[in-house]
Amino acid sequence: MIEVKNLVKKYGNHIAVDHLNFTIEEGKIYGFLGPNGAGKSTTMNIMTGYLGATEGEVLINGHNILKDPEEAKKCIGYLPEIPPLYTDMTVLEYLDFAAELKKIKKKEREEAVEQVVKLAKLYDVQERLIKNLSKGYRQRVGLAQAILGFPEIIILDEPTVGLDPKQIIEIRELIRTLAKNHTVILSSHILAEVQEVCDYVMIISKGKLVASDTPVNLEQLMAGSETVEITTRATQTEVRDILRPVANVEKITTQVNKDNTTGAVIEVKNHADIRESVFMAFAEKKKPLLLLKNTKVSLEDVFLELTQNDAEAEKLETDELEAEESDAVKQEMEEGENEDAGNL
Amino acid sequence: MLAIYKRELKSYFYSMIGCVFIAVLLGFAGIYFLAYNLNGGYPYFSYTLSGTLIVLLIAIPVLTMRSFAEERRSKTDQLLLTAPVSLTKVVLGKYFAMVTVLAIPNLIFCLYPLIIKMQGTAYLMVDYMSIFTFFLLGCVFIAIGMFISAMTESQIIASISTFGVLLVLYLWSGILTLFPSTAIGSLIGLIIVLTIVVFYIFHMTDNWLISAVIEVAGIAACVVTYFVKSSLFENLLTKWFSKLAVTDVFSGIASNSIVDVSGIIFYLSLIVLFVFLTVQMIQKRRWS
Repeated sequence: MIEVKNLVKKYGNHIAVDHLNFTIEEGKIYGFLGPNGAGKSTTMNIMTGYLGATEGEVLINGHNILKDPEEAKKCIGYLPEIPPLYTDMTVLEYLDFAAELKKIKKKEREEAVEQVVKLAKLYDVQERLIKNLSKGYRQRVGLAQAILGFPEIIILDEPTVGLDPKQIIEIRELIRTLAKNHTVILSSHILAEVQEVCDYVMIISKGKLVASDTPVNLEQLMAGSETVEITTRATQTEVRDILRPVANVEKITTQVNKDNTTGAVIEVKNHADIRESVFMAFAEKKKPLLLLKNTKVSLEDVFLELTQNDAEAEKLETDELEAEESDAVKQEMEEGENEDAGNL
Repeated sequence: MLAIYKRELKSYFYSMIGCVFIAVLLGFAGIYFLAYNLNGGYPYFSYTLSGTLIVLLIAIPVLTMRSFAEERRSKTDQLLLTAPVSLTKVVLGKYFAMVTVLAIPNLIFCLYPLIIKMQGTAYLMVDYMSIFTFFLLGCVFIAIGMFISAMTESQIIASISTFGVLLVLYLWSGILTLFPSTAIGSLIGLIIVLTIVVFYIFHMTDNWLISAVIEVAGIAACVVTYFVKSSLFENLLTKWFSKLAVTDVFSGIASNSIVDVSGIIFYLSLIVLFVFLTVQMIQKRRWS
């Protein structure tokens, strides 16, 4: 459906998109994930024909976006990062204009506009000037424009930015409905959104595609380092002694919590489930376990791992030297990072 | 194209710019008409139009400044450039919308010669011809203004530079007398012009090899010709540059009642050239 081959975009010396290759198939929801400035918007702008690529080509249904732009653009509905709205028009006038621009036949135009007004829930504001609308409504007008005429491919650049939680849920539902008979590509830096909505995730970092797979597969990709987290009343040395005979333990990091309990993170070898043996080991020594749980790698960890690899690699190397003496400090640091990721 | 044309035209009247443009043009033409034709009793409306020309210099930049600069600033060009419409049609749609706004006061101008006729003798043929040329000249100005608007994101910069360019064109015949008439002066002038053109080519293509070759070849050709036959260069600059005096075609009709067909073709080719350059400018921006 869409083929992106060896795409490069340079701004002077800065490489925004670096030899990007991917194929997009029909009827799925694709998510572009990446930190700010990763090249998501640039890629989308090139795919829709707004920008020219320095190298490489984009084929939409076999039509080259540069050589055969009109045919290629007919298949695409695009909502850019900032909705392209003429603020001196009313919502209806604007959608009428967009419909004519997209070469929807005069007879079908009114119905097409009515349909998207209904889908984007714009009925209450359809007679108002766009300049008087709130950010959320403007976003929805932009979305209505993108899905107008129901093109085969719908490309949405951060579609839920500026919407309230209720609207976000509505838009996500709308995207899911659309995906039944359209291909949807959306970009986001909100992980939860991508995880929830998309069938397929492409993680972009510094203009490169660093991973592309289903959310489930991406999580499994990282599952090599499963961990078990425990909290107990035993002291740190006691914990290490108790755990020594347990099989499949790779590494233990412990720390003393504020309420005088000991927390430990046990890294597991060979994908084994060691929860039972851990429980039994502590039970034998009559040391109560306050908490015992498997921690799974989330998409957030995958994202952080993949996008921050380069920047963090150097930092971690120096950190490790210092942190080897006090594992507890490092443990805290990592937790801090995870919290940051949660707030993304 | 029709969609863009309709939207643009509507927006000129929503945003008042269109109305103000028409009002200013009609207002000043009215004052000149009152002074020259009604009170002064001069039977040519074309004389009034020559006076109104200076108003056009100020009014046209206001009309053209937002055409592409504003689209780019508010990112609405993303809608136009990702729609299944070719870039040429986008540019033409906008151009014709501005031409339509200009056509409205010009149509009203067509009534003035009739008013003169009611009072006595009128030279309808000359007057209508000069209104037509005035309109065409306005179309040339709009094309130039649109091109400048496509170069920048700022409406202010677009309007001021358009005004500057139009003013230079208006004063061109005066500026022309300042050019040197000697052969060596013309040679140097020619080389300067060549260098400016080469800089523009370099700016558009980013290919220094082609630019350098053109520059060197051009200079060599000029210098060789100069040494072979230096008399060719006498008055050359003034001769060539006098062709650029855009407003001369109009004033030829307005003050001397001479219709210069080649001048009208010159206007039409200028329009085509600047519409083409606008398309190229927008194309280029997509790659930089």
